[in-house]
Formats: sequence, C-alpha cells, structure tokens
Amino acid sequence: MNESMTQPANDDAQSHGVPRAIVAGHGEFAAGLVSAVEQITGRGTQLIPVSVAKLSVQDIEELLRSKMLEHGVKVIFTDLQAGSCTMASRRILRGMDDAILVAGTNLPLLLDFVFAEGRPAPEAARHAAERGRAAINAYGAGA
Amino acid sequence: MTLVLYRIDDRLIHGQVVVGWGQPLDLRFIVLVDDAVAESDWEQELYRMGVPPEMEVYFHTADDAVNAVAKYQADPRPGLLLTGDIATMRKLVDGAGVTAVNVGGIHSKPGRVQRMRYVFLSPEEEQQLRDLAARGAKVTAQDVPGARPVSLDDLLAGNES
Repeated sequence: MNESMTQPANDDAQSHGVPRAIVAGHGEFAAGLVSAVEQITGRGTQLIPVSVAKLSVQDIEELLRSKMLEHGVKVIFTDLQAGSCTMASRRILRGMDDAILVAGTNLPLLLDFVFAEGRPAPEAARHAAERGRAAINAYGAGA
Repeated sequence: MTLVLYRIDDRLIHGQVVVGWGQPLDLRFIVLVDDAVAESDWEQELYRMGVPPEMEVYFHTADDAVNAVAKYQADPRPGLLLTGDIATMRKLVDGAGVTAVNVGGIHSKPGRVQRMRYVFLSPEEEQQLRDLAARGAKVTAQDVPGARPVSLDDLLAGNES
C-alpha cells in the first residue's frame, strides 16, 4: 500500500478539532454559541466554552487562565464589554502582547474565526471581530 | 434623583450592574467603594471601559466614601453605590446613614455555604448581614430588577423562591 494513502485525505481536517480559543460569558452563552458553530461547520471543537456562574471574580480569572494554559490558546471571546469574563480576561492579558481578547462576540464572528485556520489565531480573531461587527443589520420598521 | 441602590456585589461593575440595573434605572453614575480599586489607576480604567459613555464611575476607599456619600445622595442624577463585600457596606451603614442594602452577588469561595443561587456566605458574613439589619438597614437579596426581593430571614434560611 502506498504510504501516503494511510494519511487522511485532507490534512486540514485534522486541524479542525484543535482548540484555538476560549469562549466565555453569561449563562449558557458560550455553550450555546459553540453548539451553533458545531452545528453549522463541524468545527466547534476549536472553541472551548467556559461557564462562570457562581464563581467570584478571582475564580473566573483563575479558571480562564488555567484553560488558556491547558489548551495553549491565546484568544478569548467574551460577550459583554462590562462582563465579569471580560474584566477577568483583561487582567489575564495584561502584559501578554501575543494574546487577544474580543468582547461583544456573536455567531458570525466565530464562524469567520473557525474557518481561518491558516492564520495565527490572534490575527484570525482580529479579522473575525471586524466580520462580526459588519454582520449586524436591522430590517423593517422604517429601514 | 439620588443614589437609588446600595449594592453588595463581589463582581463589582459587571453585566447585571451596568445593563440589568443600569438601563431600567437609567443610571448615570456608579460610586465604586473598594480600597484596592481606589488605589489602582489600572483597575479604575478597566472598570471605566466597562460602562457606556453616558455613565460615570467614581472611586473611593471605604473611609473616603463615608464622607462622600452625602454629595452623591444630593446629585440630581440617578446613581448606584457598589461595594465588593459586607464589611465595606457596614462602614457606610454606620458612618453614612445607608438604610437599605441590596445583596446582589457574593459568590462561591472556600468556607462559604450557598444560601441562594448567587449568594454564598461564611458564618462570619451571615453575622455581618445580621449586624447591618440590627443597625437599622433593610437588607434584601435581589440580583436583577425583575427578581423578587428576598428578605434577610429568607436569605439566611435559603428560601429563594
């Protein structure tokens, strides 16, 4: 048998599942978004959902920091600018020039991110933030 | 208006405060009373960036706040005062005449027992809340405006609903 035939037909397929970012926010925000990404693209395992209900600010920071170290990721997506996850992430990223936090995360943003596997994750996150911002539209009622 | 809510919340400025209370109460300022934050320009900037442009944030140590509360109570805008722990609020009940205290969030930590979905207390903290009530402050737990205020007795008994 040709040795090359034992390799996956698409090398890229293997990297689809490698964790590249953390998603954190209120309630089931993270799990819900990651579930949606998985349903649409099959690439949800690139994202690590983190729920922080019941945790103090210090514990949120510790949890997010440990998840970053455990998975070797340098990208965090959060929901609200004023949210506890955003505050904790900003403390974690203080002095980390190679990491990035994106607050105000939405589904179009994450979809863009998971398809940008060829780029370094922080660069992909910055690009995705622009896509997410541009993906918001209002229709009807005087539009 | 005046200070419309005196809240204990160990997450300080976060979504529930800025959005959950901020929008229905049309809050125009937050008084954040915390010794550590009051001494850190970086932390202050962090919290300022978390609020919308029309909302101001003022920072005080607990000792400073005792004298500053009257000024904020006389402010024509609606505002919210926030402490991260019960002991800091106790200073304001004793020294600034705060008569109503909202327990908004005291989260899980070793030594604390869960009393409500968002309130975990050590025995010392339970006594601190009783002390606030004994000094004339009405203590209720309520995380967001749409929730029912829970009396101190029910809070300590774990009767959330």
